[in-house]
Amino acid sequence: MRIILRFAYLWLLWLGLSGCKGPLNNPYPAVERDRNIFYAALAEFPKHLDPALAYSADEYSLINQTYEPPLQYHYLQRPYVLTPLTAASLPRVSYFNAQGQKLPESTPADQIAYSEYLITIRPGIYFQPHPAFAKDASGHFLYHRLTARDLKNIHSPMDFPVLASRELTAEDYVYQIKRLVHPKVHSPIAGLMQEHIVGLAEFAQEIEHRYQKIDPQEFFDLRPYPIRGVYALDRYRYVIRIRGKYPQFKYWLAMPFFAPIPWEVDRFYQQLPLIERNLTLDWYPVGTGPYLLAENNPNRRIVLVKNPNFHGETYPSEGESADTSLGLLRDAGQPLPFIDEIQFILEREFIPAWNKFLQGYYEASGISSDSFDQAIRFGAQNQAELTEELKAKGIRLETAVAPSIFYLGFNMLDPVVGGLEETKRKLRQAIAIAIDQEEYISIFLNGRGVAAQGVLPPGIFGYLEGPQGINRYVYTWKNGEPQRKSIEEARKLLAEAGYPGGRDPSTGGPLLLYLDTPGGGPEDKARLSWYRKQFEKLGIELVIRATDYNRFQQKMRVGLAQIFTWGWNADYPDPENFFFLLYSKNGKVKYGGENAANYENPEFDRLFEQMRNLDDTPARLELIQKLTEILHRDAPWVFGFHPKNFTLYHGWLANVKPNQMATGTLKYLRLDSKQRAQLRAAWNRPILWPLYLLLLGLVIGWFPAWLKYRKRMHETALA
Amino acid sequence: MTQYLLRRVLYAFPILVGVNLITFALFFVVNPPDDMARMQLGHKHVTQEAIEKWKHERGYDLPLLFNTQAQGMQRLTQTIFFQKSVNLFLFRFGRSDSGRDIVADIKERMGPSLAIAVPTLLLGLIVNITFALLLVFFRRTHFELSGLAACVVLMSTSALFYIIAGQYLFGKVMKLVPISGYGGGMSAIKFVLLPVLVGVVSGIGSGVRWYRTLFVEEIEKDYVRTARAKGLTEPKILFRHVLPNALIPILTGVVAILPLLFLGSLLTESFFGIPGLGSYTIDAISRQDFAIVRAMVFLGSALYILGLVLTDISYTLVDPRVRLE
Repeated sequence: MRIILRFAYLWLLWLGLSGCKGPLNNPYPAVERDRNIFYAALAEFPKHLDPALAYSADEYSLINQTYEPPLQYHYLQRPYVLTPLTAASLPRVSYFNAQGQKLPESTPADQIAYSEYLITIRPGIYFQPHPAFAKDASGHFLYHRLTARDLKNIHSPMDFPVLASRELTAEDYVYQIKRLVHPKVHSPIAGLMQEHIVGLAEFAQEIEHRYQKIDPQEFFDLRPYPIRGVYALDRYRYVIRIRGKYPQFKYWLAMPFFAPIPWEVDRFYQQLPLIERNLTLDWYPVGTGPYLLAENNPNRRIVLVKNPNFHGETYPSEGESADTSLGLLRDAGQPLPFIDEIQFILEREFIPAWNKFLQGYYEASGISSDSFDQAIRFGAQNQAELTEELKAKGIRLETAVAPSIFYLGFNMLDPVVGGLEETKRKLRQAIAIAIDQEEYISIFLNGRGVAAQGVLPPGIFGYLEGPQGINRYVYTWKNGEPQRKSIEEARKLLAEAGYPGGRDPSTGGPLLLYLDTPGGGPEDKARLSWYRKQFEKLGIELVIRATDYNRFQQKMRVGLAQIFTWGWNADYPDPENFFFLLYSKNGKVKYGGENAANYENPEFDRLFEQMRNLDDTPARLELIQKLTEILHRDAPWVFGFHPKNFTLYHGWLANVKPNQMATGTLKYLRLDSKQRAQLRAAWNRPILWPLYLLLLGLVIGWFPAWLKYRKRMHETALA
Repeated sequence: MTQYLLRRVLYAFPILVGVNLITFALFFVVNPPDDMARMQLGHKHVTQEAIEKWKHERGYDLPLLFNTQAQGMQRLTQTIFFQKSVNLFLFRFGRSDSGRDIVADIKERMGPSLAIAVPTLLLGLIVNITFALLLVFFRRTHFELSGLAACVVLMSTSALFYIIAGQYLFGKVMKLVPISGYGGGMSAIKFVLLPVLVGVVSGIGSGVRWYRTLFVEEIEKDYVRTARAKGLTEPKILFRHVLPNALIPILTGVVAILPLLFLGSLLTESFFGIPGLGSYTIDAISRQDFAIVRAMVFLGSALYILGLVLTDISYTLVDPRVRLE
């Protein structure tokens, strides 16, 4: 009982103390009330923060605040354009033939043996303060030979007594490119980059060989081993030599894979006592960006604070035409970043995160299916609008179509649905008409998607709006919008394909097709049943073979799946990054590539090879239209949908513009912490009457019991 | 006693090997090493060569249970099972497949788990015993009947309902406590209050019914009748005589679960954002991190065995008639 009283006392004490400082349900310390801190919820903690390893949106949203590759995407301009970040200008690209002679820019791609990217970085950029750079008076590194005893009371690199920095150099970028093929690092793009960067494959072999000879616990210094195609010209300039012409390489230069890593940092983090305390480069990034990682508790939160050594950058002064009226250029020319601290807080479940957003404790939120009706309603023109409740809170809705596509693919190696014969095409076209993507988007995505007309999502060069952009094998243009062809037309195609009424002449029964898909749990049941019904419209019987993702991938690798569902999220905003999914040299079964449909059309391949090497010119657009037409006709995929992201932001947050390619965008945001504190206080005044009601209910409930107790005690006494 | 303990420790070995073998088989049936590598390396652009390198570096390129290429004892020792299991028995858990030190992670996470589990256990005990004694006091009345009915209702309600209802009522409507989150030191109190309350309330149904059964069994005994005959009041009988005697099974039951407390609760910690151990194993399964899965299953089994041994010992301490031979 004493424990309960003590606990109740502590709570009352806390209630009293908190009452003076702000809302009782404030999950943050009272001292943070007016501070310029951005709070974000993370549903899952990132696996990697090492720029050579990180490759997911969650990971990028963290490390891109810290690491700076040479280029970045312009925050406001659309379509997406690259601008220099640490580079002084965009890379200068030169072309050479096999003899090493420089070629003019207009040289056809097949005559170019290699391209050289010359990148010049700006002088005067410094790394964040870090113990890896700290030296003693005689110039020796202070913390490069640590023992377990030295790490007493050290829980993060920021706990070391001496922190230092040094200037960013071209060698730091070269070092990171070497790390991509380090035998211990396992970068996901190691294989891909060895195909493109001259000398990287040989370098990988050499260091693999040398690495086997040293103790794996020791630091393996990559500096003495050169890469033929990657080298620093001087302190601020470096060259990357690419095989042939690969214009998309510039986009890789905006990804953290190509961010700088100083050798000192690599050396520092290779020390066993640090590794045993989980102090590694994979958990504590070291960059030149606007923020530095101050705390990393992977089960609770990550805290980023302003980097005191940030080189300085200003808010962009130009954008799209509507940006001025939207107030997005109000901060033009102002120094970045505006926010002092960013806290990423782990919220595994959506419901608490959503409620905390509504209480003002998170600045932004996505919308789950459960909360969709609470947040969104559709207006007269079927446009998404916020509900009155959210509008009253000053919340804003921002939507953006993701550079992604979800599709239903046909395995082109399959004897029933695969192949380029006219009958097979007609079967696939019939199925493409029957699967009502608009209905799917409405039922399963709450309208958050755009039915795909081809592989390219809106916003990517080559995507065409209006009648010329529709898939004419599936849609017709009526009343100013695409209209899906009737099911009768699909049935006609099916009959021409040799399956009248969906009957398989070889068996006399309905045509049996098999859909392989990951998942199959209760939450997927409705979705899979919906697919079955779409095929039933044609009289086709669809057998669902739902399985776990591992097994699904195995089936795809060996080509066992007949029809499958899959998706793709673009690495960069270029049509090549979508069309390559159907290039025969990327066939999943033959080459282990990303062409999961194993589609192989020589005409498509020929046009793709031309298109991928061109700049965004009318000639390229023409090729894209031809490629799209081939895909519409061959129908190796049923083009599904491009997801549309709905994100809610509180009114105190300014400069919000969804950017689907850039993730290091927190530096552009501005928040009004005073307004936030006032609104939080207003929205979170404690309501005590339910508590009193509860207590009253308990008292009323216990009163008869108390009477009975009295009576029984009285009876006992009499007895 | 010493001999008994030694025997129990020796018995524990085959149990732990068996548990480890089952975990190993279940894990690798669903997650072949190639898929583990893919999960760690990502799904885009990963080559088979990169997968082979990843497996080799972590020892997942060996055969699972029997190495036909090796000679002698190496046929058994040069396998994934042996290589990954032997260090567990020395409590050397090593690093997770994503490279983090498992012991450091466990140390960091056990504190928040205990901050929820210990007060929930203690308060739950007090509340459950109190309500159970009240039911016994009002036995054979409509209070007992309605109390038991309420217990059945409480027992039948999903734990998730208590969590969501608690967050809705106290966090969202009344705004008395944070909906989720965690803080270090004294600031942890405000985050712990609601999960503890939810934990206690969700355990009332089953706890009260179980303790009531123990008390009812005790209250029918002769010494209670004698106490009544001597004129002792019902509260005195319940608190001075029935409670201490019924405490034996209660205490031994509590001792059995003590070592498991620090493993935390998945549901509570996930919904309340408590950075404990509750979700550590589940996260590892979803990330196909076998190093963490095997370490946590091994630790859980070892602690369970420890709990059973402690139960046996506690019997000898609270009941002198029990001897461990």
